[in-house]
Amino acid sequence: MNRRFALLLMLVAPVFAAAAPLPPESVLRPAEAYVDQSGRTFHLEDRRGHVQVVSMFYTSCTFTCPLTIDTGLGIQHALASAERDALRLLVVSFDPQRDTPAVLAALAAKRKLDPARWTLARTDEAGARKLAALLGIRYRRMANGDFNHSTELVLLDAEGRILAKTDQLGTLPEPAFLAEVKKALAATR
Amino acid sequence: MRGLALATMLLPAIACAGDDFVRVPAGAYRSALGYVDVKGDTAVAAFDFMATPVTNAQYLAFVQAHPEWRRDRVVPVYADAAHYLANWKAPLDPGDAAKPRQPVTGVSWFAASAYCEAAHARLPTWVEWEYTAAADETRRDARDDPAWRERILGWYAKPSSAPLAEAGVSPSNVYGVRDLHGLVWEWVEDFGSLLVIDDSRDPADAIGLKFCGSGALNMRDVDNYAVLMRVALLSSVQAADSTSSLGFRCARSVAAEGTPP
Repeated sequence: MNRRFALLLMLVAPVFAAAAPLPPESVLRPAEAYVDQSGRTFHLEDRRGHVQVVSMFYTSCTFTCPLTIDTGLGIQHALASAERDALRLLVVSFDPQRDTPAVLAALAAKRKLDPARWTLARTDEAGARKLAALLGIRYRRMANGDFNHSTELVLLDAEGRILAKTDQLGTLPEPAFLAEVKKALAATR
Repeated sequence: MRGLALATMLLPAIACAGDDFVRVPAGAYRSALGYVDVKGDTAVAAFDFMATPVTNAQYLAFVQAHPEWRRDRVVPVYADAAHYLANWKAPLDPGDAAKPRQPVTGVSWFAASAYCEAAHARLPTWVEWEYTAAADETRRDARDDPAWRERILGWYAKPSSAPLAEAGVSPSNVYGVRDLHGLVWEWVEDFGSLLVIDDSRDPADAIGLKFCGSGALNMRDVDNYAVLMRVALLSSVQAADSTSSLGFRCARSVAAEGTPP
């Protein structure tokens, strides 16, 4: 299927096929389409080229999900200005039914997330499940539509290889994880 | 994505050859899993289910058609190379240790999902699997019968070093589905939803620490070993893991209840 997809892409989008293949350890592999808070469609592979922190959430969550955003903001706050410019943050919803681009945009505005650095995104159910599996995040939709889930922030290098993970949430990032973020940013400069 | 789906539909479904689906009718059952948010019975929509687990012969056809899933080519994020198809003699030769009609094992969740996608299907959900596996040859829910439980325990007591039986040899259950017990463990689509907490004596505390929300899993039927052992296994593996006793079968949603495909 991947090869057929690649062939299809070669027919319709030569620019994609010209890119070097992802390294085997990259998690930016799934082919599902994503949509961000501005309504723009993208694929995970489009996010190559920047060190990024990736996590999953759902916007109607009131417990740990706001903390996921807080943790991302905390990491940004702890970085030097040049580092902050280079880091990207991606948070993907596992609630595609409710988390439309408009809902994601409202949250981004409320939390004052810089659109140049932060991407809040949705994909379909299969895409969310696949990304969660790649990141090691577990979740279950409960009867009332809320989600029961583990929380993890995952650091990826510019090619999408997993460098580090943290499950410590809050505005003060885990020192070891922050050190990995800085190291990754230094390595790509 | 839609373009891809269309393109895929036009391709011959090589991996489908020999896949035999049966219709499992809609119903409701009492899950052995106790979620605080789930009261009473769980409703299940009708779906189509492979009558037997995917065999080595079927998986070989898939790997031939989709070489990115060969043992020597699969990417490590999708399958742990040390265990993926580890009992096969060579990447395109299952050999004597993995006979054509034996169920394929040593497949990751990603690989099993890709096989089902190629067959225009998906992995079953946990609920679909548990619902179908509650049946015996004559009853849709045989779980309260001590004899049924004894039989399953007997299967699990067999040494795991013995060679696997062929798929499709055990009697079919009331839906026409075979081998749900006693042959291999099976992946489910939402295995990542089986959030088991370590200490069930005070679930509120444990959940608050580890998971967002209050829907973590307890067993409400601790005597149901068939389910208990599956959940223990599926909640302990990662999606790229493979084990020598973990196989799979595929399912398909049906458009409307009772409508033939």
